[in-house]
Amino acid sequence: MIDKKWIGHELPVSVILIERGRLRFFAEATGDTRAVYTDAAAARDAGFADLPAPPTFLFAAELDSGASDQLLAKLEIPIAKLLHGEQGFTYHRAVCAGDTVTVRSTISDIYERKNGALEFVVKTSRAHNQHDELVAELRAVLVCRH
Amino acid sequence: MPSLTEHMTAPSFNSVQIGDELPTLQLPPVNRAMLALFAGASGDHNPIHIDIDAARRAGLADVFAQGMLGMAWVARLITQWAPQSTLRRFEVRFLGITHLGHAMRCAGRVVEKLEYAGERCVRIEVQSANQFGQSKIVGEALVALP
Repeated sequence: MIDKKWIGHELPVSVILIERGRLRFFAEATGDTRAVYTDAAAARDAGFADLPAPPTFLFAAELDSGASDQLLAKLEIPIAKLLHGEQGFTYHRAVCAGDTVTVRSTISDIYERKNGALEFVVKTSRAHNQHDELVAELRAVLVCRH
Repeated sequence: MPSLTEHMTAPSFNSVQIGDELPTLQLPPVNRAMLALFAGASGDHNPIHIDIDAARRAGLADVFAQGMLGMAWVARLITQWAPQSTLRRFEVRFLGITHLGHAMRCAGRVVEKLEYAGERCVRIEVQSANQFGQSKIVGEALVALP
């Protein structure tokens, strides 16, 4: 059982520097080779300051920082039992190469289904850029299956 | 016959109708190299996706795709239809595990035209299913159209 005391828990802040090379790697790994995601000049022509981070990229922030792994350890969720249940993004501003994005997350809910066979952890996050502008909000539902 | 130019033109609020389908995105079958690349690019180093020994220790027959890889593909479906700068919200539920060999096909359909936060938007239902017709991801996106 995941202790409900973690509802309201704030994760350590994660800071991710958005790099062109990483974005090109992400584009390759997702099979998206369009110029706007690989060529800075094409991205600027499309109205971006530099290569844009694709819509799901910011999920990397807490993986890179280790905050995701730390959370699983605190909640005592073995990684082998972890599933991703839901993921949502709300977008406010473009994130581009050269930006530094700070992600702050809170555990907003923990609940169970099927008499505890499945436990759910809801994590909500806010991402700000180096100008302290809100760029995106994220919502993840993690599932621990027993 | 619509001309090639018309096909390439970004959708506008007036030209889009409820029921319109987005051009589908057909992905190649999932293989181990894809999972390894996405692990590196996304920051998700969970060995269950890239190391068959780790997958077996967790009681699984083999590695399987990261949920966020499937979501990134659905994001491609959306941004190939309308530029990323128009995407306001994107949320999905993961319905099942995407295994090696699954060739995902992403599809979307306009289900509502609405005004949201002062912008003219369309709500799109999206999904990703394998070659056996099994749905692995369902979700929706909100796109602001000129």
